[in-house]
Amino acid sequence: MQFGVFTVSDITTDPTTGRTPSEAERLEAVLTIAQKAEEVGLDVFALGEHHNPPFFSSSPTTTLAWIAAKTEKLQLSTATTLITTNDPVKIAEDYAMLQHLAGGRVDLMMGRGNTGPVYPWFGQDIRNGIELAVENYALLRRLWTEDVVDWQGRFRTPLQGFTSTPRPLDGVPPFVWHGSIRSPQIAEQAAYYGDGFFHNHIFWPPEHTQRMVEFYRRRYEHYGHGAADQAIVGLGGQVFMRKNSQDAVDEFRPYFDNAPVYGHGPSLEDFSRETPLTVGSPQQVIERTLGFRDYVGDYQRQLFLVDHAGLPLKTVLEQLDILGEEVVPVLRKEFAALKPAHVPDAPSHATRVAAAGGTEDATVHAPGDSVTGRAAEAVGR
Amino acid sequence: MSTRTLAVVSSGLGVPSSTRLLADRLTAATADALRERGVAATVEVVELREHARDLADNLVTGFANSSLRGSIDTVVGADGLIAVTPIFSASYSGLFKTFFDVLDKDSLAGKPVLLGATAGTARHSLALEHAMRPLFAYLRATVVPTAVFAASEDWAGGDATSPALTDRVHRAAGELADLVAGRPPAAPADPFADPVTSFGDLLRGSEPGLRG
Repeated sequence: MQFGVFTVSDITTDPTTGRTPSEAERLEAVLTIAQKAEEVGLDVFALGEHHNPPFFSSSPTTTLAWIAAKTEKLQLSTATTLITTNDPVKIAEDYAMLQHLAGGRVDLMMGRGNTGPVYPWFGQDIRNGIELAVENYALLRRLWTEDVVDWQGRFRTPLQGFTSTPRPLDGVPPFVWHGSIRSPQIAEQAAYYGDGFFHNHIFWPPEHTQRMVEFYRRRYEHYGHGAADQAIVGLGGQVFMRKNSQDAVDEFRPYFDNAPVYGHGPSLEDFSRETPLTVGSPQQVIERTLGFRDYVGDYQRQLFLVDHAGLPLKTVLEQLDILGEEVVPVLRKEFAALKPAHVPDAPSHATRVAAAGGTEDATVHAPGDSVTGRAAEAVGR
Repeated sequence: MSTRTLAVVSSGLGVPSSTRLLADRLTAATADALRERGVAATVEVVELREHARDLADNLVTGFANSSLRGSIDTVVGADGLIAVTPIFSASYSGLFKTFFDVLDKDSLAGKPVLLGATAGTARHSLALEHAMRPLFAYLRATVVPTAVFAASEDWAGGDATSPALTDRVHRAAGELADLVAGRPPAAPADPFADPVTSFGDLLRGSEPGLRG
C-alpha cells in the first residue's frame, strides 16, 4: 500500500499570526515538503491544479519535474488534473514529458474542477463538466496509446494525423486515477477503463465515500477488469497530530475555524465526527485510518492533507516527521497483514511495463520532411 | 389498508409556534382525508429550528451532516409533503428557504405538496402565491391548488364574510389526500443503481462517427 501527501496549493493567511506568505514562499515550501515526504519514507506526493487566487499551482508539471529532479523514489501525482478545462492534447504531451523526465515515477488523478468561473477562461462551460471529462479522457487515452490519431469531437478542434510527443515512456502511459466526491458517472468512467478511483474523503461523511467506492468496485467487476475487491482504490484524509491529543486540538483549531473551504461553519468536533478529519495523537490517527478499510475494503493508496489553511512550513514538516516516524510504519504493517494475496498493489511504471510485456522504445521517428514531421510520400498522397 | 408517508416541514421559531400549529392541523386533516380514502398515514415531522446550525454548516461545507441527512431523507422519501413557514419580510423565512436550497434539485420532482404559511396579519397572505408557489414550481413539485394561510385573526375562528380556517384546511387536505392516495408509494431514485445508459453509449455520444 502506498502512503503520501496531497496539497491543494492554497495561499492562506496564518490566522494565529496574521501573516500571509508570498507565492514564491509557498512554491518554495511545496518543494521542501515534497523532499521531506521522500526523506521520511512516504511514497507519493500529489499536487493540485488551480487557475485562480488564492492558489499558486497553475502548472503542476513544471513543479513536479523540479521535484522529480530532486528526489529518487517519490511517486509524483496530481490532485487533481483538470480533465475538463485542459486540452487533452496538452495533458498527453505534458505528462508524457514528465514521465520521461521522472523515470516513470508519475501517475495522474483526473478531476473536473468545481469552480464555475474557471471553465470560460479556458473556453468551456461547467454545465458540460461530465461530458468534457468523458470526451477529453477518451481522446487522451488514444493520444497515449495510438501513434497517429484522427479524431473529431464536440469540444475541441478535430485532429488529423496527429502524433503526441514524446510517446509515453517505454510505450506505457502513466496510470490514471479518477477523482470525484459525488458523481457516480466518474466512478463509472474509472470502472469502465479499469483505472483507479480516488475519493477525496475530506469533505463528505464516510458513508458517502463507502457508497461511491462500492459502486466503483461493482462496476469494475462488471466491465471485466477483475473481482470487485481487486479494483484500485485511493482515499484522501486529513490529519493534525501532536503527542498529546489536546495539544493537537488546541493548535489546529484556529486553522480549522478559518480554513478556506469549511471554516466559519461546523465546529472542529462536529467536523471530526461527521468526516474522516482526525486531530489528535498519532495513535488516534493510526486507529482512525485503519478503520477506513472497514468501509472501503482493502485499498491501494492513502494520501493525507497536511499542508493547507495557513499552517506554517515548520508545522507541516513536523507533521511529516510524525507521519513518517510514528504513523505510516504501523499502517504499512497492519494493512499488509490484513490484505489478501489476490488484492493487487497500486500499479507502478515497472508493473505496468511488465504487464505490457517489457520495455520498448516507443519513439515515433519522422521520416522525410523535418518541417511538417510527415513523410514525403504520405504528404503527397 | 395501504400506507403512505407524510413528511411535515415546519420552520416556525417560537415554542409553541403558530406555524407548527397550522402544520399539525393540516397534517391531521390530511391523515383523516387519507383514511376516508382507505389509506393509513405515517407522519414524520421535521422542525427546521432544530436544524438551524446544521443548515448553516451545510451551506459552508457542501454536505448535510448526519442529523440533517436523516431529515432530508425523510422529506425526499415521503409520499406527500406539508410545508409550512412563517412569512418574514414578505416571503418565506430564510431558514425555510435554506432547507429547500440544500436539497438536490430534482429530489422533489412530482411530489404532492401542500403549502401553508402564517403571519401576524392577513395582509401577508399572497406571499403563499407570489413566493412559495414559485419556489415549489421551480422544484417541479405537484402543489395542490389550495394553499392555507393563517393570520392571528384566523385562530379566532373566522366570521360570516371569510370562511373559517377549518374550511380551508379541510379543502387543502382533501386535495393532498387525492393526490397521495391516487399514486403508488414513492420510490426515491438510487444514484448508485447500475447506470441506465452504458458508458460505452456515453462515449459514442461524445465521439460522433469515430466509434461505431
